[in-house]
Amino acid sequence: MTAVEPLSAPIELSFDYTRSLGTTLSRFMTGLAERRIVGVRTADRRVFVPPVEYDPVTLAQVTDFVDVGDEGVVVSWTWASEPSEGQPLDHPFAWALIRLDGADTCMLHAVDVVKDAMRTGMRVRARWAPQRVGHIKDIECFESAEVANPLLLGRTHKVDDVETVTTPITLRVQHTASRQETSYLLGLADGKLLGQRCPVCEKVYIPPRGACPVDGVPTDEIVELPDRGIVTTFCIVNVPFYGQRITPPYVAAYVLLDGADIAFLHLILDCPADEVRMGMRVEAVWRPREEWEPALHNIDYFRPTGEPDAPYDSFKEHL
Amino acid sequence: MRSVAVVGFAQSPQTRRSDGTTNGVEMLVPIFQEVLGGLGLTKKDIGFWCSGSSDYLAGRAFSFISAIDAIGAVPPINESHVEADAAWAMYEAWCKIQTGEVDTALVYGFGKSSAGDLRRALALQLDPYTVAPLWPDSVAVAGLQARMGIDAGLWTERDMADVAVRSRRDAETNPYAQLSGSKDADELLTEPYLSDPLRKHDCAPITDGASVVVLAAGDRARELVERPAWIAGIDQRVDSANIGARDLTTSASTTAAAAGAGVDGIEVAELHAPFTHQELILRTALGLGDRVRITPSGGALAGNPMFAAGLVRIGEAANQIMSGAAERALAHATSGPALQHNLVCVMEGR
Repeated sequence: MTAVEPLSAPIELSFDYTRSLGTTLSRFMTGLAERRIVGVRTADRRVFVPPVEYDPVTLAQVTDFVDVGDEGVVVSWTWASEPSEGQPLDHPFAWALIRLDGADTCMLHAVDVVKDAMRTGMRVRARWAPQRVGHIKDIECFESAEVANPLLLGRTHKVDDVETVTTPITLRVQHTASRQETSYLLGLADGKLLGQRCPVCEKVYIPPRGACPVDGVPTDEIVELPDRGIVTTFCIVNVPFYGQRITPPYVAAYVLLDGADIAFLHLILDCPADEVRMGMRVEAVWRPREEWEPALHNIDYFRPTGEPDAPYDSFKEHL
Repeated sequence: MRSVAVVGFAQSPQTRRSDGTTNGVEMLVPIFQEVLGGLGLTKKDIGFWCSGSSDYLAGRAFSFISAIDAIGAVPPINESHVEADAAWAMYEAWCKIQTGEVDTALVYGFGKSSAGDLRRALALQLDPYTVAPLWPDSVAVAGLQARMGIDAGLWTERDMADVAVRSRRDAETNPYAQLSGSKDADELLTEPYLSDPLRKHDCAPITDGASVVVLAAGDRARELVERPAWIAGIDQRVDSANIGARDLTTSASTTAAAAGAGVDGIEVAELHAPFTHQELILRTALGLGDRVRITPSGGALAGNPMFAAGLVRIGEAANQIMSGAAERALAHATSGPALQHNLVCVMEGR
């Protein structure tokens, strides 16, 4: 086949994880909402901050919670010269491991400081967020404790126990289609259905795959397929869901194009759902040409052709 | 215990950016053909398949299922996957052979780090309640570790630069390496910091790549190659996920894994150290003396295909045995932030 530049597009994956805290981290997060930092003391009298649920030495559950200071000392640091999305500060800052007063372990957080002033052993204190919800970001960052505290905060009130935290996650990935997928997608943009034949088993795959799943070899020979075929198997969708574009009940089916060896999922419309059957002959209904993109949704749905059904034996290998 | 050996190894070129998909098929097909062809095997001869990769890196769900197309998995194969470096997939395969259920296994790992933002993706390995929401990236976490050792007088920035120089000069003879050749340490030390105290040369590059290893038991191994790399010991241990409660200047889990694997008489060691100071930590944790040749391939600092680089260390160390260059070699693999999880595999000629 002729070499085509693989199609590529960015995708953003994001999800707001809502995490249950359990009793130990609930104490910690509730403390943060109240502008307190809570640790826990283990059997060997070490204080862990953030608190651990189990003693790492004895493995026993630990419940001896203690408040520690919101000031401490920098045990190690590194410099973030180009902060990225979601980090505590949007200008250059130091990441630091900070041992709070009364704690024996370190907490990882940001220190808002000019680089020349940053050093191991520096005393720092928490800069609290004005609005606190019971989240690690209730501490905006740490700052030098060697200058006067400009912000005199009033007393805080006891809050209800914080039982969950929401932690948004966002990742951006540049997705690249395989060479085979690229020819298929570009074909769709042109109104064509382009599968590929495995050079070993001669099966025709649409969409074509990077490698034949039977033989593990790349497919290269392009095969143009007609926009008609049969329903191999199907289900009637009765359940409403977010983003649904058709009112239930309707049919999602595996459509096996004539000449293909693998079926793909599509919609069967223009007939009552209870009339769809295995082996039914169907044809593509394309969207208006001006809406075509390199995507299978150029085919809006499939509809019955009225031709006689295919016998079961003709497609039983494709179920 | 059954005697199990590494009998084959292949790897893709380590590149900054490949044009394939994130499911690895394009990188895997050629190396499967290379390793199986070299041994005169077909997929039917493989009793168990096990892979290491990450959906977070691939940006898609079940990317390892798509990767299986590279095998040709019809009729169905006996298969498993770890969301970790493929060195741990090899550990699983070794266990599988120990059960007696299979005699051969093919282990592979792949990662297309160029597709996303690796430093951010790796932040998601951290504690999801109290650390990851701040998005401390992987280089920052390593920077905190590096400074701890500098402050404690355990190593200097020059010691770190010396590791980079040796690694990248060794990589000049490694045709698969992404980076090779190096300026002198004096020159490197004049360059700006990336994440003070780390400079660019202290950090592994961002790499796309894949690797594959074939294991075989007993007589089957002897049939396949003249000089199998017999696994004399393999063990893996993990340190606490609580990085603020660890002594980051040492690697207790590496020491424990080494005790399990048995590290006497090692001539050559392939260490998986994505940061220069981590090689210094590992040498101490493993108790490797000055006579042990360290990472002749150039290591992760010359090319670090995520989820494949640890398995590359095993393959490179096995090649030292299979070629007759060494009698006893050690491979190390790491996973997680600041050397959290470590595996040691000792191989020998017999």
